[in-house]
Parts: sequence; structure tokens; C-alpha cells
Amino acid sequence: MITLGDYLIVSGILFAIGFAGVMLRRNLIIILMSLELMLNAANLSLIAFSRFRLQSGGLPDYNAQVFVFFIITVAAAEVAVGLAILVALFRARQTTDVKDISQLRF
Amino acid sequence: MLIFGAAVVVNRNPVASALSLVVSFLGLAVLFMSLDAYFVGIIQVLVYAGAVMVLFLFIIMLLNLQAEGRRRINLLAAAGGIAVALILLIQIFLVVGHLQPARQTFPPLAGSTTDDVWNIGALLFSNYNLPFQIIGVLVLVATIGVVILSKREPR
Repeated sequence: MITLGDYLIVSGILFAIGFAGVMLRRNLIIILMSLELMLNAANLSLIAFSRFRLQSGGLPDYNAQVFVFFIITVAAAEVAVGLAILVALFRARQTTDVKDISQLRF
Repeated sequence: MLIFGAAVVVNRNPVASALSLVVSFLGLAVLFMSLDAYFVGIIQVLVYAGAVMVLFLFIIMLLNLQAEGRRRINLLAAAGGIAVALILLIQIFLVVGHLQPARQTFPPLAGSTTDDVWNIGALLFSNYNLPFQIIGVLVLVATIGVVILSKREPR
């Protein structure tokens, strides 16, 4: 049978993949994608806990699913802002490599 | 799902990584639905695999990014990054291994979850009304910020 731990381990592996992507890659777009992977790993463990801890009526705990809904909304807003910053940066510097963007001044 | 998640990081071409991210998100949506969270699974497909990925692909095409050249990899930094990620993974494994409830299977549901949209909506507008409105303001601020950021300054 599939236990709660299996879902948690899959979620942990996904988080580690996203974390390695943020640490290793130098392309800003890929770093944003890895951030998305990490947020989704957190969502997966929240949903697993929601299914595991049933409410008194025998239904899943919907508090966690509301939380996941909020996380998805915030992640979408974050991606929009991040990509807009990326486009502005690309216009100024013609690069998306974090190694080339080491100065804060314009 | 994990294979495509790894492909996001490994792929050199940004378009290939974005497409692997789509497959990874679809796999996650399937996992959500296997956990009886149909609403969240559908939202995952709509928002992530639909909107967010179109945004990523659009930006990649707009900036006309090519695959990264095979530049010299800083071995120390790469080894450090992999080591930190591995340490994190080992810690997660240890914690999950020692967690007593992690070995139990999921309890059976008493009722049907086909009306979970109703349940989530009722919770959203009763207990979580204030956070819901704050999220609305956040999305509005993000929209205005994106418009201002992507506007060209008059010279």
C-alpha cells in the first residue's frame, strides 16, 4: 500500500531537485522554473497531509487545500513579476546569466 | 514526474526545460487527483501547465534564448551545490523515516469528494475571508507592478 511517507519522500526529492537547480544553474529563467518546482513540492506534501488527516465527517482536511490555493495564486503572481523583471533586465543588459549581473548599479 | 523534474535542471536548452516542466506539473496534478484533491489538481493543470508555462515559453521565445554554450563549469561551485542538495535530501529521508505516521496508509474516506469545490469555497469565504481579500490586493499590485516594469521609459 502507498503510505504517507511515500508521498513525503517524492515531495522531498522534488524539492531537492528544485534546490539543486537554484544552486547550480546560471540562467535566470531556469532558476525561476526551479523555484516553481520547490513550491509544488510543498503543495504535494500539503495535499498528502490533507488526505491523511481526515476531518470529523470523514472528508479530507480542506484547510490545507485552501492553503495550496493561496500558494498557487502567490506563485503565479511571483512568476509574472519575476519574468517582467527578467525582460527589463534583458533590455538593459542583453543577458539572462546571473554571472553577468553582479552589480546592482545601472 | 521526478525524471522530468530532473530534466528541467539538467537540460541545456531553456525550451526543453520548460516543456519538461509542463510534463512534471501534469504528473503532479495526477498525484493530487490520486489524493482525492480534484479541485487542486484541475487548478494545477489550468494555472501551471496552462498560464504559467505559456508565460515562460513566451518569454523564452521573446528573448530568443539559445542553448547555453558549453562553458567552463566551476567545479567547486557545482560540487558545493550538489552536496548541499544531497544533504537536504538525506535530512528529509531521515525525518520521514523516523516519523511514526509516515508508515501508515491513508484512511478511507467516509463521503464522496466530488463536491470539494463547494467545501473549499465555503472555507475560503468564511474562515479565510481576510486572506482571500489580501490575495486579491496582492494580485492587483503584481499586475500594476508588471505593467510599470515592462513599460519603456520615454527618452
